Amino acid sequence: MARSRQIRVLPGFGLSLGFTVAYLGLIVLIPLASVFLKSATLDWGAFWATVTAPRVLASYRLTFGVSFLAALVNGVFGFLVAWVLARYSFPGRRLVDALVDLPFALPTAVAGIALTAIYAPNGWIGRLLEPLGIRVAFTPLGVGVALVFIGLPFVVRTVQPVLEDLDAEIEEAAASLGADRWQTVTRVVLPTLAPSLVTGMAMAFARAVGEYGSVVFISGNMPMKTEITPLLIVTKLEQFDYAGATAIAVVMLAVSFALLLLVNVLQSWSSRR
Amino acid sequence: MSIEVRNLSRRFGAFAALDDVSAVFPSGKLVALLGPSGSGKTTLLRIIAGLESADTGTVLFEGKDATARSARDRRVGFVFQHYALFRHMSVFENIAFGLRVKPRRERPPEEKIRSRVHELLGLVQLEGLAGRLPGQLSGGQRQRVALARALAVDPSVLLLDEPFGALDARVREELRRWLRRLHDEIHVTSLFVTHDVEEALEVADVVVVMNHGRIEQVGTPDEVYERPVNAFVCNFLGHVNLFHARVHEGRAQIGTLEVEAPAHAAARDRQAIAYARPHELDIERTRTSESGIESTVVQILPVGPIVRVGLRRSDTGEPFEAELGKESARRLGLTVGERVFARPSNLRIFAEDYVI
Repeated sequence: MARSRQIRVLPGFGLSLGFTVAYLGLIVLIPLASVFLKSATLDWGAFWATVTAPRVLASYRLTFGVSFLAALVNGVFGFLVAWVLARYSFPGRRLVDALVDLPFALPTAVAGIALTAIYAPNGWIGRLLEPLGIRVAFTPLGVGVALVFIGLPFVVRTVQPVLEDLDAEIEEAAASLGADRWQTVTRVVLPTLAPSLVTGMAMAFARAVGEYGSVVFISGNMPMKTEITPLLIVTKLEQFDYAGATAIAVVMLAVSFALLLLVNVLQSWSSRR
Repeated sequence: MSIEVRNLSRRFGAFAALDDVSAVFPSGKLVALLGPSGSGKTTLLRIIAGLESADTGTVLFEGKDATARSARDRRVGFVFQHYALFRHMSVFENIAFGLRVKPRRERPPEEKIRSRVHELLGLVQLEGLAGRLPGQLSGGQRQRVALARALAVDPSVLLLDEPFGALDARVREELRRWLRRLHDEIHVTSLFVTHDVEEALEVADVVVVMNHGRIEQVGTPDEVYERPVNAFVCNFLGHVNLFHARVHEGRAQIGTLEVEAPAHAAARDRQAIAYARPHELDIERTRTSESGIESTVVQILPVGPIVRVGLRRSDTGEPFEAELGKESARRLGLTVGERVFARPSNLRIFAEDYVI
């Protein structure tokens, strides 16, 4: 029997594929696998006790709850920013456009210090809010502010291009069919943008769940109150509780993976429409 | 419903898209707004629809001033060149949209909406496709959905902006004949914008020829084609030959040809331009009386059922073209370089105030 050999036009398939697999393994898969291995040094009962300790549960509630709220806030205001940037031309539009990317580029620690400085009780904004009984720094609200800050560009940058592609004729068609402005936005514009908006919010949420640098300064890190899950991992590491740290890490990893899956499903859903 | 526009003007910066346009579009007719790009035809349509506003002038619906009415209150159906369908909605929901957004007390009940949409789907011959998304349809099908959507609200006027512009030639031809038949069924006053002469002449009851933001001529397809009021209309509506001529006391002289020109009875030895379409020129070998332009055959091109004959005037050297049927060309047996006489069966003479 003659051996058939597939002829490829592009050379180096074997080499480049081998390199890719080895690289991804080294950089991504092996470190992640080691998290599972390390946490496996705990038996099931100890693992469960670690990841469901009251202090840890409180941190889940804070991290996931506030991240979710921050994503919602970004959904509303990020949409508004994207709308303004896509729809209107005004002096300084390009500057505002560039500002949106700042949370992407800024080192998170810088963001954290900056936010703490202005929201602390003696900071510029904190000073004004203090008499009203509103405390931002060192409360869950402060965590929320930091997470809104770092999540904003995700929503703006996913919604903006879709909004720019949206034909003005669609809205004219709706108007000529008798729809008022509100009906046009709720029935035509928003449903068209919904997939990209949801994708952007999911990405902002995923980023917020893993955020560390900008939060630890403004949160004050009070156990049971303003302690986020990534900080707990660091705390456990500092106490040389490697197995405990990795156990929590495994939970975070599983959640992140689920989120990634969700984002991909949403993206394929929105590209199909 | 009849539409009237009075003294409409619209400028975009220094560019006058509409320049003091007045016209009446009679009820129940299918009207073509025909003109080259930039002639203001789309602007006129959008102003009638209320999607754009005029700087000055009024729009009247059924004799009543509608200038201040918004697009949603004008009850016009508008069909866009690129369909503008709602892509997240099924074909059914697209067509039902206009009924669903009506104020609560005017909104028909669900089963009424359902039967109305299915009736319209039947009208545009898309019965089986109610559940599809616009992305799953061909261009021609999308345009028919757009038409059904516009008709769903029982518009008093249907406005179509280059409705077939984005379709390929064959679908375009099919769809415009279909639109003609549809209009014969529903008789809603319709205006459509086109730059395609053939489309306007074939489909419309009335053709409005526009140029540089002004209306040049309004008439039936036959009128604008056979009796253009000026050189622009004559030239825009089809390939024409241009002959420099002189008019003097009701007679026109083109080379060796002399014809009656009663419209120019008052003219005294003036420059004029005469137009004849290629198919309106007969070619003869011998000069009969004074009715031929002496010229030389420079080219003979058979194109399908016709033969194009390139000619050159003997006196001025101006080139022009005649179109013969294959049969008469064969009988004539022309050869290149031969001297012949071209005899126009129809000649339009305009005093020289417009030059192509």
